[in-house]
Amino acid sequence: MTAGAAVAARSSTATPRSIEPWIWAAIALLAVCLHLGRAAVPWAATFPAEWTLPAQTWVSRFVKWLYQDASLGLFTFQELTRGIAWVLQWPLEAAKSLLSTGFERGMGQQAVLIWPPLSWVGVTGVLTVMSCYARDWRLGLLVCGCFLYIAVFGQWHSAMITLSSIVIAVPLGVAGGLLLGILAFRHPMFERAITPVMDLMQTVPVFAYLVPILVLFGFNPVAAMIATIIYALPPMVRNTTLALRRVPTEIVEFGRMAGCSRRQLTWRVMVPAARSGLMIGVNQVIMLSLNMVIIASMIGAGGLGRDVLTALRSLDFGAGLEASIAITLLAIALDRLSQAFAARPPSASSPDEFRPAWRRHPYLLAATSVVAASWLLGWLIPAVQQYPEELQITTGALINETMKWLNVNFFDVIEALKAWVLLNLMVPIKRLFVALPWVAVVAALAYAGWRLGRWRLALLVAALAGFIAVTGQWEKAMQTLYLCGLATLVACALGIPVGILAARHERLNRVVQVIIDTLQTLPAFAYLMPVVMLFRVGDFTAMLAVIAYAIVFPIRYTIFGIRQIDPTLVEAAVASGCTRRQLLWKVQLPLAIPEIMLGVNQTILMALSMLVITALVGTRELGQEVYIALAKADVGRGVVAGICIAFMAIIADRLIQPWVAAHRHRLGIA
Amino acid sequence: MADPASNDADHPVRGARSIKLACRGLWKVFGTSAGRFQEMLPGTPSAADLHEAGLIAAVRNAEFAIHEGECFVIMGLSGSGKSTLVRCLSRLVEPSAGEVLFDGRDLLKASERELIEIRRHKMGMVFQGFALLPHLTVLGNVAFPLEVQAVERHARETRAREMIELVGLKGRESCYPRELSGGQQQRVGIARSLAVKPDIWFLDEPFSALDPLIRREMQDEFLRIQSVLKKTIAFITHDFDEAIRLADRIAIMKDGEIIQIGTPEQLITHPATAYVSEFTRDVPRAKVLSVRALMRAPGGQATFAGQVRADARIAAVARQIVESSQPHAVIDGSAGLVGTIDRQQVIDLLVRQDGGQERQK
Repeated sequence: MTAGAAVAARSSTATPRSIEPWIWAAIALLAVCLHLGRAAVPWAATFPAEWTLPAQTWVSRFVKWLYQDASLGLFTFQELTRGIAWVLQWPLEAAKSLLSTGFERGMGQQAVLIWPPLSWVGVTGVLTVMSCYARDWRLGLLVCGCFLYIAVFGQWHSAMITLSSIVIAVPLGVAGGLLLGILAFRHPMFERAITPVMDLMQTVPVFAYLVPILVLFGFNPVAAMIATIIYALPPMVRNTTLALRRVPTEIVEFGRMAGCSRRQLTWRVMVPAARSGLMIGVNQVIMLSLNMVIIASMIGAGGLGRDVLTALRSLDFGAGLEASIAITLLAIALDRLSQAFAARPPSASSPDEFRPAWRRHPYLLAATSVVAASWLLGWLIPAVQQYPEELQITTGALINETMKWLNVNFFDVIEALKAWVLLNLMVPIKRLFVALPWVAVVAALAYAGWRLGRWRLALLVAALAGFIAVTGQWEKAMQTLYLCGLATLVACALGIPVGILAARHERLNRVVQVIIDTLQTLPAFAYLMPVVMLFRVGDFTAMLAVIAYAIVFPIRYTIFGIRQIDPTLVEAAVASGCTRRQLLWKVQLPLAIPEIMLGVNQTILMALSMLVITALVGTRELGQEVYIALAKADVGRGVVAGICIAFMAIIADRLIQPWVAAHRHRLGIA
Repeated sequence: MADPASNDADHPVRGARSIKLACRGLWKVFGTSAGRFQEMLPGTPSAADLHEAGLIAAVRNAEFAIHEGECFVIMGLSGSGKSTLVRCLSRLVEPSAGEVLFDGRDLLKASERELIEIRRHKMGMVFQGFALLPHLTVLGNVAFPLEVQAVERHARETRAREMIELVGLKGRESCYPRELSGGQQQRVGIARSLAVKPDIWFLDEPFSALDPLIRREMQDEFLRIQSVLKKTIAFITHDFDEAIRLADRIAIMKDGEIIQIGTPEQLITHPATAYVSEFTRDVPRAKVLSVRALMRAPGGQATFAGQVRADARIAAVARQIVESSQPHAVIDGSAGLVGTIDRQQVIDLLVRQDGGQERQK
């Protein structure tokens, strides 16, 4: 083919650059016309109510049928769910008794305590010993400090209820994820089948699948734990397949040459060789389970989550903040501990293998003796068994006082700030988004899809957007888009410069890394509490919470994008006389753009998931729909709104990913 | 391509020993339309034919036999298909066509269960990247092949300790792989592959990942172990120097095809193609060639400065021959005088790299 023919072929498949702005202008013009002429063509401006499909009713009816009539041959679906709940109830009860309530005989008022729970000294001691074993005494100190805080600030009882559900949910999630992951690794068909399901599970906001679980399993701790497991499972599955795939071929070949059977190959060669990758998955399961703690309390989990939720609902910030901090500390302790176990090499070589057992396992011995000693002492000194109430500190009152003082003295300033932003920025943008005619928006999305991925992507994007319109969620979706878009914009505007600075200054980078690591450990709800304390409820508060939650991602991806540039390119630029500014604008940023865009993509996804949680502070978008559905146990309403949010996330993802791929390809770094 | 059968026949040592592992008409083709390859058989489709069908041949019609106790080296540059070939021999990679005869029995017809049994008891393999299990100690790694056969703990650990001692790692039994240097790790790999007393020992570029000095040390170690155990070996390498140091016979591969099989000496004296002579050009001939390859037919001369054996390497007798102006008699055990060799011939060989070949003609 000649060069001329090649150019001609390309221009016939791609719109020449020169007319692209005109097409966008035409779409904008269409939007304006449709808006102005909304009296003439009302169906194009706002989606007509009579066209909507009763998807909500269908979903509700289906779940009702599932629950009431569905039969799986030997037993009904209802019996199945009850069976699952019954099986899961036992370990959960046992863990709760062990950690929190103690073992009792009898019911209600007549209950007699026959065996006390592990004392606070015992639990703290065991976890401290585990930390020393997994890494060093510094980690031990950190974990010990976290649990001491929980005891001193009177959060012990709730924290142990939370911990008991984590202790059961995490192993189940890990085991389930591991098995599914191995299956997916072995059978590509199975993998192809579960990948879209997991994609949807990770993009549908958690609240949305709380609703069917609520209906199927009821309002109780077991239902909450099932929700937690489902929520935490997908990353474990993904990590398992990924880690198994990354086991070096030679190791697998060795296993086969050694004559391993399939089972031996999986369990004795591949899984141990994939250990570090699998442990990342375990860590994620722990973190997601903790993230779920507060949310799960909406369908019956007790513990810290419920404390936060109650405090949030009654605007008792002092109590809420303390419980939030307790969750955060629990998360930090478990996160660092599991990471330490992940990074821990197999036990160091000991030349002398014939020492007595207690010499070979000093940590096991220490942990057992801590438990035994605290149990014995617990009988003698009640303070060892239960942290004495008179020594508890509560900052609740202090915080509430401070809040009162802040509100008395700075109410005007805060309110003025809030009102100014709302009036001049948020409300106009919200109006603009809501006024956008749906036909124009779908057209714009489809055109963007066509530009990036031809007909397939155009059709996909238009279909997803169309679903939102057809199910009658358009206006709420636009409100979601406005809040999410604004929050993403602000998060990126703040985060990208911070990322650039950090990438260029090693010292700053170290500080920033510690901060973003900590921020990522915090459960989503923890962001809500302080903002609500200062700004009360409303869109402004929601936006701030979303920004705080999502800002980590533009920072992290920007740093990564700039750092991963081939150092010789930077050296070449410096050698050819670039100033630092030129280096940034002419070399580093253009090369880091793909990673930064992936960061934006992640920010959007995180913002959408956080929006659902901010529904608690009274926004009026899709998240609120899900929240209301949860309160009313209206399955159809919750699921449909949840799917709409997932579709918005998928649209953003599917448009940004090919853009990044194309850009990388152009840079030759595909 | 040189006919492998005739090569076997004219080698002095081979005839007596039995064939341990052989392959006939062995093919491995990659590509989406593997079915089309089956239609081309029997026959030898050319690279162009395969390309047309959207196939790539990693191993093309391989044919050779490895004798009991022989070190058979498969040599080729990267992408020549040597690793695929050795994996076909153990069925780590499923060949597309052909036969692999192990003790006279076609491995390709073995069931999964039989294959596991064969691998457990009769095969050992050493890998380029060591492939040690990171979660096991040296002892655990070496004992692993016995562990999967359910050998009881005491027996397998005794055997593993023996092997660890054989490779010179006594005292490091409870180390983890990450605590060892590359050379030590490969020693573990070697000990592990020998733990089951394999009949056939596959080594896939075992020393390629090591530094040159360590590599040399490991080659010496390998020769020492082989002199004790006398295993039947299929050894893969891309390093011709390594091949001539270790091999009884070498197969040279290019683009999936074996282009010549022969002893190091045969490859140097009778390269089948220009490609082979390209490899052999920089080889220190005196270390490879025997007196037999260089000698002249005895020509009625009566006075000799001394005697040399026909199968001695030139390098070993060079000083003796060069020190005298008289030629030396070449004798071959039972046959007595078989030729003569003089100072000039040896000097030509040592000075001019291509001397040996010229003399030969």
